[in-house]
Order: sequence, then C-alpha cells, then structure tokens
Amino acid sequence: MNKPIRAVSIFCMFLFLALMANVTYVQFVKSGSYNEDPRNARVAEASYSRERGQILVGDAPVATSKPVDDRYKYLRVYPPEGARMFAPVTGYLQLGSQTGIERSQNAVLTGEDPQLFVTRLVDLLKGETAQGGNVVLTLDAAAQKAAFEGLRDTLGPRGEGSVVAIEPKTGRVLAMASYPSYDPNELASHDSAKASAAYQALDADEREPLLNRAIRTRLFPGSTFKLVTAAAAIEDDKFHAGDQVPAGASYQPPGTTHEIGNDGRGQCSPAKISFSTAMEWSCNTTFAQLAVEVGPERLRAQAEAFGFNSDYLRDLQGQVQSVYPTGVDIPESEGGGTRELSLAETAQTGIGQNTVQATPLQMAMVTAAIANQGTLMRPYLVEKVQTAGFNVLRTTEPEVFNEHAVSAQTAGELTQLLEATVEKGTASPAAIDGVKVAGKTGTAQRGDSLCSAGGKPPYAWFVSFAPTQDAEVAVAVMIEEAPDRACGEIAGGQLGGPIAKAVMEAVLKK
Amino acid sequence: MATNSALMGFVHRRRRGAELFLLVLALVVGIGAYAAVGLGVDGEVPANLIGYGGWLTLLVVAAHVAVRVVAPYADPVLLPVVAALNGLGLAVIHRVDLAKDTGLASQQLTWMTLGVALFVGTLVALPDHRLLARFTYTSGLAAIVLLVLPMVPGLGTSINGAKIWISLGPFSFQPGEVAKLLLVITFAGYLVVHRDALALAGRRVVFVDLPRGRDLGPILMMWVVSLGILVLQRDLGSSLLFFGLFLVMLYVATERPGWLVVGALLFFGGATAAYRLFGHVQSRVDIWLDPFADADGKGYQLVQALYGFAWGGLMGRGLGEGMPERVPYVESDFILAAIGEELGLTAVMAVLLLYGLVVERALRAALISRDGFGKLVATGLAAVFALQVFVVVGGVTRLIPLTGLTTPFLSYGGSSLVVNWVIIAILLRISDQARRPLPDLTPDAEDPDEQATQLVKVVPQR
Repeated sequence: MNKPIRAVSIFCMFLFLALMANVTYVQFVKSGSYNEDPRNARVAEASYSRERGQILVGDAPVATSKPVDDRYKYLRVYPPEGARMFAPVTGYLQLGSQTGIERSQNAVLTGEDPQLFVTRLVDLLKGETAQGGNVVLTLDAAAQKAAFEGLRDTLGPRGEGSVVAIEPKTGRVLAMASYPSYDPNELASHDSAKASAAYQALDADEREPLLNRAIRTRLFPGSTFKLVTAAAAIEDDKFHAGDQVPAGASYQPPGTTHEIGNDGRGQCSPAKISFSTAMEWSCNTTFAQLAVEVGPERLRAQAEAFGFNSDYLRDLQGQVQSVYPTGVDIPESEGGGTRELSLAETAQTGIGQNTVQATPLQMAMVTAAIANQGTLMRPYLVEKVQTAGFNVLRTTEPEVFNEHAVSAQTAGELTQLLEATVEKGTASPAAIDGVKVAGKTGTAQRGDSLCSAGGKPPYAWFVSFAPTQDAEVAVAVMIEEAPDRACGEIAGGQLGGPIAKAVMEAVLKK
Repeated sequence: MATNSALMGFVHRRRRGAELFLLVLALVVGIGAYAAVGLGVDGEVPANLIGYGGWLTLLVVAAHVAVRVVAPYADPVLLPVVAALNGLGLAVIHRVDLAKDTGLASQQLTWMTLGVALFVGTLVALPDHRLLARFTYTSGLAAIVLLVLPMVPGLGTSINGAKIWISLGPFSFQPGEVAKLLLVITFAGYLVVHRDALALAGRRVVFVDLPRGRDLGPILMMWVVSLGILVLQRDLGSSLLFFGLFLVMLYVATERPGWLVVGALLFFGGATAAYRLFGHVQSRVDIWLDPFADADGKGYQLVQALYGFAWGGLMGRGLGEGMPERVPYVESDFILAAIGEELGLTAVMAVLLLYGLVVERALRAALISRDGFGKLVATGLAAVFALQVFVVVGGVTRLIPLTGLTTPFLSYGGSSLVVNWVIIAILLRISDQARRPLPDLTPDAEDPDEQATQLVKVVPQR
C-alpha cells in the first residue's frame, strides 16, 4: 500500500503548497490594495486611534488629540473658544471620514505622509508609537475672530454669510469665516449615537451650517463684479481712470426692451460722468455700457484672468468654480448647442447679474490681484508642516496663479477709483483713520423686483483692501441672508463695510 | 539474506529526549504568546501567567510522561507540534477574549485538559491499534447515529445555518468531529478485509481500470451519506471531508486510481447538482467568487478576514495591535485571520508548516507501519487532517468557497479539540507499533508484506 500512500503524500503537499501560495497572495501581493480599499474600516479605525498631529493657528492649536480611555484611545478636540470660528477650515474628524484640513492634510496629521518617514522610523526605533505631524495654517487668529464675530453680530442669529481675507502679495488666506457654523467637537464625539445625532441635526438645518460658504457658495456678485468690468475696459484702453464715461438715468442695451436703472442714485443721471463718480456711486448704466463696449469675449477673458471658471484652491476640497458664462444654451427645438452671449446679456453680466456667479474666495482674489499690482497669487491655507516635535518639515512657497491678471498700470488706476469710492462714495463704511483704504460695495438683486416692490432681500457684498499702497490685506464679505434686518437695510456698504473694516484693522494692527 | 537481516537488525531510536526538548520549545511558543498578548493589549504581563503557564506545562509534561511510559517508540515530533498549535490557539483566543470581553480561553484550557486526559487514556487503554479493528461495524453504526443526531428534533441545534450541533443541557457538542474518527476506523476495518475484492475485479476503459459495478456499492453509499449531510445539514465542509477521506482510503487500500476517477466524477456531479438545486450552496459560491459584491452583507465575514490578513502583511501588527474582533467568529472558524493580522504571513506560514508536519509524520507512520489496518488508519487520519486544514484555511483565505470547519487545535471548540487529541494519541500508537523492535522475528521470512500480514494474526484474539 506504500505506493498510493506516497501518492497521497504528494497530493497533500500540493494542498499545502496551494494554501501557502494563496495566503502569500492575500497577505503580500494584494495587501496594499486591500489596505487602500475605502470600505476597509480597519485601516480607518487604526488611523483614527492614532495620536493625530495638531492643527495650529500661530502657536495656538485649533485641533488637537487628547488621550482618552476608550477603544479609540485619542479624542479629537477643537478648543471651544475657537471651535465654531475655525470649523469651516479645520473640518472635523470622524471614524473613517474627515472634512476640511483634517481631510486634505490627513496623511500629514496621521503621520503616513512620506515627509514624515524619518520621524516615523525614529519613533519605531525608540519603541514609541508614531505620532502624526502638525499643520500650521496661514490664518490670522485676530482676523478670523473679527470676521466670524462680525458676521455673527451683524447678521443676527438667523443670518447667513461669509468672509475671506487674503494677503495679496502671497495668497495666504488670513481669514475664512462662514456663518452659521457648527461645533466640530459634537461631530468628533466617540459616542457614535451622539455624533450621528449631531450630524443629522446639522445636516437637516436649512441654514446649512456644515457648508463652507467661502468656497462652496456662489452667488451673483452684483456691483463687486464692476471691478472686473472696469479692469477689462481699462486694459482694453477704452477708458482710463481720469476719463469721462457714459452714464444716464437708464440704459437700454441693444436688442432688448429691458432697461437698466441706477436704483435712484441721481449722481449717475448725466449722460457723461467721470469714471471716478461712476465707481463711487456704482452706476449700473455706466458699467452695463462698458460691458457692451468690451464685448462678452473680452469680459470673459478678464474674469478668467482673475480665476473665474477655474480651480485654484488645493488646501481644501470642494472649491466650486466661480462662473462667467461661456455661452448660452440654445433650446433643443432650435437645434441645440450653445451660442455667445448677446449684448443685452453681456450688459447684465457687466454689473454682476445674469448668470455670473462668484464665491467669496473668488471676489477676495479679484480684490487681492488689484491690490498686488495685477498679479494674482494662488490662495493657500497650509503655511507649514511640522513634525510632532514642532520641527518644520516644509513651508509653503507662495505661487503665482496669474502674473498679469491685469497690468500694474490698470491695477493702479483701479486702486485710485476704489480709494475714491471709500473716501466719498458708497464704500465709506470701510474707511479707517490714518490708512488709505480701497473698496467697493455690491448689492445683487435676487429675482426681478427690489425690496421696495416687495421683492426678496438682495445679496450684499463688500470688497476692500488696505493700505492702498503695498496692501497687506484684501477682504471679501458676502451676506446671503439677514432676515433679522429690514429688507431695505441690506446693502453691501451698510452691512458688509463694517465687517471688512474690522477684519482689515485686525490684520493692520499687528 | 544478509541485507535482509541487516534491515531487520535496524531498530528505531526512542528519541524521547528530542521530544522533551521540542516540547520545551512548544511551551515557549504557547506561554510566550500568552505573555505577549497581555503585554500588547494591557501593557503588562497577565496576572495569571504563572498559573496558566504552570497548568500548560503540567498538561504537556503529563502527555510526555504517558508517551514515555506506554509508547516509548512513538514519533517524537507529533506531540510537540500539536502542543505548540494548541498553546498558540489558546493565546490567540485569549487575545480575542480581551477584545470582546469574553472568557473563552479558560474554557478552551478546560477542554484541552480533557483532551490531554483522553490522549493519555487512549494511549494507556490501547496498547495496540489493531484492537480498533474489532470495532469496525460498531463504530460505523455509531458514526451514522452521531451524524443523524443533530437532525433529531429537540436535540439538534442549528448554529449559523448548519445543523451540526447537538445540545445536552448546557453543553453543545459537534458530533461530526467524533464521527470523522469513527469513520476512519470503519473504513480501515472494512477495506483491509475487502480490498482484494475491490482491487482485482474490473475492466479497463481507456487506460483507467474501472471497478466492477457491484463493488461500487460501498462507494455509492458513502456518496449518498455525504450528499445527505450536505443537503440535510447544510454542512458543506463535513460533506467534502467525509467523501474525500473515503476516496483516499479506498485508493490506498486498492491501489487503483480508477476509484479516484469515479469518486471525483461523482463528487463534482453531486456538487454541481447541489449548486444548481440549493440556495445556500449557491450563495457560498457567489461569496467566494466576489465577496466584495456584498461586502457589508453576505460577504462581510470573508471581506473582514481578507482585510485582516492584508492589514497584517508580512510581519503582522503585533499581538494586541490589530482588530481581529472585526471578523465574526474569529475565535473559531476564522482564527487564522486573527493570526494573520497580528502575527503576519510569517506566522501563518509557520502554522501551515506545523500542520504539514503533522500530516507528514502521520503518513510516515503509515508508510512504516507493518500492518494494513495501521497503514489505513494512519493514512485516513492524515487525510482527514490535511483535508480539514485545506478546507478551512482555503475557505478563510478565499482559495475555495467557505465552509464551516474548525481549524484543528487552534479554533475555540471543545469537541474538535478533544477529538484531535485522541487522533494524535492513535497516530502515536501506530507509530510506536511501527518503530518498536519486532518481538519475535521469523528469520526466514522473505517478503516484508508477508510479515505484515502475519502480524495481524499475532493480535491476541479474545
């Protein structure tokens, strides 16, 4: 019987070889792809249970990991005094999911980033559990506070709005506030029932507190878009800051019966006024005519030079593109496809209506480019990446996004116009004693009728930068809803101006 | 003649000292792993390490002393290998206990104690394995009764869809585990008597010797029993195990590969029909083909096990550093996933090598055994062991569709552990008989096979 027993031995050997080959395949060959499977909660839990690096603003942590005595070992804590204020930027950490910087810098914070390889190796050799690296933000704590509290105090408890402040020379984001906000600590709770109840409540809230309005909400920019229209006109040599520009009590663009008016601002009524007056009083009739004069292609090119229709923010996920329409859809019945904007539509886009839409970050970038002699810097939020021991591993180098969004000459002329707007025009609420400020209001109509005609309250905008020479900060304020304010009270200058002023002061005081 | 007498003059060494040394290594594995679990999970050596280690040592020493006294020529490798596996299994169950807040490890230690007691009892009560041949039909009947028991209403319990348990008061018990041992004895006893009839008659069809139609009776009956288990108890693993075991033993007894062809065809025919007809078989196969299709539902267990293996990688996360509790039933069928996760591919390979070693030593005992019954029993037990490891490890690592079987010596489960210790005792007895110097040598015997046959008759008949 020995011959078949030997055959059985060989058969058994093949059984075992098959098992060994297969387990090698699972644990060695396929290991990587299984570990990267997003459904693999095991990997997520392991990284969740690790001591995560801090997120810092200046020297102060805005997110830190606290050892706790439960199965996840570390609880993510957002210091309560800044939790809501910084929430749109920090995001929150949950098992298997993160938002904001927690998400975009997850590899650094968990310590899995290749930049932290050496630290990890040293930790391993010392027998210590590996710690994640720290992320230092570009935010200015005082500016962020001014922005968030400004929104909260101005808009009232039911308001919705956002503020973005940028350092024009570098693109560093100094403030990024969104209101209403949320307490990330509630979402990061290890009590999953509590965390999910908190999420459900926030998600169901129609004011959308989880939304980072600074980069996710785009609205009609209204009169703040006149900066772009003016830039296009000056760049094209059509008009200059000292020139007379066409105006009028009303303007009927070619090919339409719809008239554009000035909402009762009499300064705009003469047929010709100075460019400065037109900017000071935000004359719709002037900018609609300028838009028609430069034409849709040129206006689009100018908007795109400022960052419309593109992605630029790398440090947070979910930045929506601001829109200058690339065409108008032709109905299927008339053959389909798209066509270029008509002059009537172009006139509307020139004053930030029609289908032009911008995020607060976008309007801050337009302002910052003008403040920076026409050079648009890519906005960023991560200043530095550090080891857990605060040794700097990488400092972000400012990056030019568009060297010549406008020429330095054009930027200078625009600055001159905007300075006048603060000195004697609609943007006067942003004036700061002893500092030259440039600014522009925007009050974008929602629907067809004005407040006085029982229409919906408008979107209020305000953009500004200071000092006008060698600017240190450019701000955009966007007010989406302020139901606690009377409809007629909602205007860029009146509500947005003081917030922008507070943010600029916070930056300049340092 | 000179060579023959030289061959006969060869006497196996007892090698009990080697066994003792290997047992010390096995204890280092078992107790070391237990201490490492405490260090990894709680950061300190478990408080009961001395008591635990002492008890484990006592059990191992008792087993060793029993072998030394009643089976001095037994194979020196088997006992240390299973002691190491059992010790590792205990440590990993303890690890899962700490994660799930259960107390299975101490229960398992109790079962191990019973297992070692039965191991010693078997060695003492069974001075010669050929005594088992007397129980050929008794054990066959007992096996069938045991297999039918779970289907008796009120006695059988269905756990996870398989009706393979019976509960007696607080104890539940898997009769299939005992049945596999009884079936090996039955097959060996039957085949050693009838092998000539099965082997000699038949006709040749295209290079394959096919057996005679009427000799197909037993194989067909076994096929029916296997399929019956599959259909009535929904237990794919046992079905495959019993049928494979029978085929291997039939092949070894008759030395005719034709049986394998017939058996394999029957098996695949039956399996295909089962796949077509029964939902649970289909669902197992579907999970195997694509566990990720329903990763949170049907495929959850397998997917979690695969993630665990992958997470362990080459070296493992370290004891206490993984999340084996994510895999449902990680302490029983899926214990290898816990080992793979926390100790890595390295440890899984080591465990597979240990299993391979058990099979190899069992087959070696079969090769050198001097009687047909011993050869068949040893081969059968080796085949049971190899098939069981293949089915369960293959299932857990997605080599073949998943079927419910315990991982010998590692998994939590009393019936399986106790029966496996008895199996090892019988293997040691067979190897002891095989390696022992012949008591009375007939110097003019010419054919070693003749001697083997004679020895069967030496058995004291009462």
